[in-house]
Amino acid sequence: MLRLLFACFVLCLAAPVAHAQSLQAILQGHADAVESPSRKTVDAVIASLADAPVDGIPTFLEDWRDKSIWMRTSDGVFFSVVEDGDGLILTDLDSGEETTVADDDGFSQAKPNAGVRRVISGALVQFLLSDPDISRRIAALDSIGRDPSADQLDPLRASIAGEPDADVLARKQQLERQLTAQFGTDTDARIAAINHLSGDLSVEVRGVISQILTTRQFVAASIPDGTNVAQILVIDEDLTADEAYQLLVSEDLAPATVSTADIVSTLTAQIADGQVAGVAVATLDTDAARYAAYETLVANGDAAPFVSPEERAAALDAHTFYTAYVEPNSAITDAAEDAQAAISLQLGVGQTFDLTLDALSLASIYFLAAIGLAITFGVMGVINMAHGEFIMMGAYTGYVVQQIVPDYTVSILIALPLAFMVTFAAGVAMERLVIRHLYHRPLETLLATFGIAIVLQQLAKNIFGTQARPLTSPDWLAGAWVLNDVVQISYIRIAIFVLALLFLGLILFILKRTRLGLEVRAVTQNPGMAASMGINPDRINMLTFGLGSGIAGIAGVAIGLYAKVTSEMGADYIVQSFMTVVVGGVGNVWGTLAGASLIGFTQKGIEWFNPSNTLAAQTYMILFVILFIQFRPKGIVALKGRAAGD
Amino acid sequence: MKNTFIARNPSVLWFLLALAVFTVVVTILSEATGFGLISTSFLKTLGKTLCLCLVAIAMDVVWGYCGILSLGHFAFFGIGGYAIGMWLMYARTEGLVQVSLQSSALPPTPQEITDAIGSQIFGVVGSSDFPVIWAFSHSLTLQLLAVILVPGLLALIFGWLAFRSRVTGVYLSILTQAMTLALSLYFFQNDTGLRGNNGLSGLQNIPGLEDRSQAVVSLWFFWGSAIALALGYVLFAYVVSGKFGSVVRAIRDNEARVRFLGYHVEQYKLFIFTLTAMVAGIAGALYYPQAGIINPAEIAPIASIYLAVWVAIGGRGRLYGAVIGAALVSLLSSWFTGGSAPDINLGFYVIKWTDWWLVLLGLSFVLVTLYFPKGIGGIFDALGRKRVEGDAS
Repeated sequence: MLRLLFACFVLCLAAPVAHAQSLQAILQGHADAVESPSRKTVDAVIASLADAPVDGIPTFLEDWRDKSIWMRTSDGVFFSVVEDGDGLILTDLDSGEETTVADDDGFSQAKPNAGVRRVISGALVQFLLSDPDISRRIAALDSIGRDPSADQLDPLRASIAGEPDADVLARKQQLERQLTAQFGTDTDARIAAINHLSGDLSVEVRGVISQILTTRQFVAASIPDGTNVAQILVIDEDLTADEAYQLLVSEDLAPATVSTADIVSTLTAQIADGQVAGVAVATLDTDAARYAAYETLVANGDAAPFVSPEERAAALDAHTFYTAYVEPNSAITDAAEDAQAAISLQLGVGQTFDLTLDALSLASIYFLAAIGLAITFGVMGVINMAHGEFIMMGAYTGYVVQQIVPDYTVSILIALPLAFMVTFAAGVAMERLVIRHLYHRPLETLLATFGIAIVLQQLAKNIFGTQARPLTSPDWLAGAWVLNDVVQISYIRIAIFVLALLFLGLILFILKRTRLGLEVRAVTQNPGMAASMGINPDRINMLTFGLGSGIAGIAGVAIGLYAKVTSEMGADYIVQSFMTVVVGGVGNVWGTLAGASLIGFTQKGIEWFNPSNTLAAQTYMILFVILFIQFRPKGIVALKGRAAGD
Repeated sequence: MKNTFIARNPSVLWFLLALAVFTVVVTILSEATGFGLISTSFLKTLGKTLCLCLVAIAMDVVWGYCGILSLGHFAFFGIGGYAIGMWLMYARTEGLVQVSLQSSALPPTPQEITDAIGSQIFGVVGSSDFPVIWAFSHSLTLQLLAVILVPGLLALIFGWLAFRSRVTGVYLSILTQAMTLALSLYFFQNDTGLRGNNGLSGLQNIPGLEDRSQAVVSLWFFWGSAIALALGYVLFAYVVSGKFGSVVRAIRDNEARVRFLGYHVEQYKLFIFTLTAMVAGIAGALYYPQAGIINPAEIAPIASIYLAVWVAIGGRGRLYGAVIGAALVSLLSSWFTGGSAPDINLGFYVIKWTDWWLVLLGLSFVLVTLYFPKGIGGIFDALGRKRVEGDAS
């Protein structure tokens, strides 16, 4: 609020005085009332200000309330004043001109009392809420929403009638309902307002409802009349016997129990000549010995006695433990409970939907990361441990392009095909130089490609350093699609989802509808036969590997947009990608889709149970995959017949 | 029997002789005996290298002889380290706590001591209660058993699940890697009771040996590592020779054919997998008191892959190959990354080995896989081919 008013203050200073009538002139008309305000006179001043077409009224009101308005006794002129040691810095109310005087002789401070200040505050809110500048009205509403209080209700209601803007009007009515529900004086009006609020998921409304439903814990021999009881607490169900007894002790309804720490401090205090209660201190190294010594002290009257279990139980039995609403009116709390139930139902639906969206976007990321691998691993039976590093190469390609092309939209459009080309070339080179020689030794492909992964990772570290590099998304991908306060999804994740769908379509098209796809499938099923039909398996293998690697590059750009680009980012995805392929079923694009969905949804589901611990979610996810392989060793979509291999 | 065993494994004698000579030379040159040509920290490096050799021969047996490319054996190594580390940390903290509680007015109760140890150990992760898995940490015997049993049991369960459903080849490698990742993520968590990414530290201080200097303790650990390596070498040489070893190698070469001959392939694989996991645990339990600290990064999947790299460079299917590979690569690695290797100035660019060592390692690894599938051990084979004509490949 203060910051807002300060902003207004600055604005007012900057605004030229364009009105014939000045604030100073109006104030001079009420000079006595301004200089020594009282409850009787303040209304007249505010009324005359309300009609006046001059700037700076909110600032003046704020200064007035904060006792920063001083009058020069020589000519009765008012100034806004900042005290500066002994001197004063005077600001002219109309021109904003600052002058400094050495000491405060000849000036008198206007000191409104608490009651007057409240009236001024109310008027201030009203002034801001009726301000001709819409942005100030919205700012005033925001500040009420952040920090609602009872005295804002009347000015808010008063400002609704004259509101020209439909959106702001709706906002005002909503806030009016919230304030009525919380601070209204008329029960029916409050209930009506609460009923109106039920079904609204905004954080503000949820805050209002839970504010109304605030409860406190009480204990008494019997519940006093007129208490709005929320719940009678049952010991051992709603609270433990220890907690209940602690409550009794804190209310002075029962004697304090003697804790282990109490025993220690009492015994320590009574040590004399290496002995306490006739026992050598050195023997007090078990709880039992200490307990016995303490009982001796009790018998001698040197310590507070223990509370026996029977006494404790009797004390607990004699009292009722309950929680009561702070709000005394049960009709209102009932309405609020209903509203809360309705809200939490909607909230649950919203959160489920939100979780589904989250899982979907995670699944798309896994799909993008794994689909390239599914082609090389699944279709060719070649394991590529450097796949993660190809993802990294793609991301760094995007980063480098952004260093050269400053426009983020253009740079992304360049980066996507460029990343494909770079990693396609890398993939083809790797296939030609290394993998080609190892087709009959799959385990060694794993090791050789791992060697390449080490090299690529370290090279990236040497070139780009160890710190994370940003890959900035264009403005139109920033922000999020907000359905309501619960369900929202960032555009970048939607874009990744769309990209994943595109690639699914593209790969299906290439494999099922093109000459290359036909040849790839032929080589997959039987390289020898394919070769005798005039297909060059070498060329096909090379192109397939390049394609898989190229897609990894594009996935890298996509992943880099929402996560940071580091030399180790590939290693983060490689195990997940392999599991996606293995769970889905090797050699099948649909299988990869199914695997990515299963892993994405399961991981989000586990995270939902334990949201604070994503590491645990990953751990259990992996265990789940290991067990899943037990029941479907060939994955969700298993190839049948000869193509399945051994 | 002994004759035939030695006759089948001529490398055992040579290896034991070389190891004995090495141990004696190192002992004489160590600081503890007064010559001081080998510093204590280098002695520790040598001791640790022996432990790495031990886990490497375990890896060689499971991969080079049985054909299971396990990417999880370094995780078993780490578990062994954690198991012994728990006792080391508990016992040492207990000693410190007892000293600090001396000053309190009343003699401490057992509960107070436990609480103080708990808050001392788990304070870094914002806890003071002893997690369930620390239940045996007060007992050296039980933790020593855990060094063997925990990796063994884990390998047994995992292997049973994996082999039963006939997961083989690269799938099995990926699955073991997933297991390793799950384990390291588990150890990384603060609330699983292993101090999260802080790991266990101060392991070089052996409780009960506080009055001995590190030079002496390190020498003892060096001897222990040498003995463990010797025993491990003999054990594995015994396992992979003879009829049992023939079946194991046959599984590597053609699993289906061995199964059709009526052997229970799964049982053989499970035995090898579990036995090597136990040995890896022992190696880890010897390694980490010399390293002084263990944290979950040590058992990340990459470590297990490096283990495979050592074995591949040294030469698979021959135990001494694994030893050579592990010793050579890990010592070179610590020489290059330790900053003592001279930088190469090309004029326009200075090659810093701390930055470029991994590039060199990766490239040499690719080259070895492509052109020298038998690794360094293959050179010995070529040299000794005439003498051991007809011996197992």
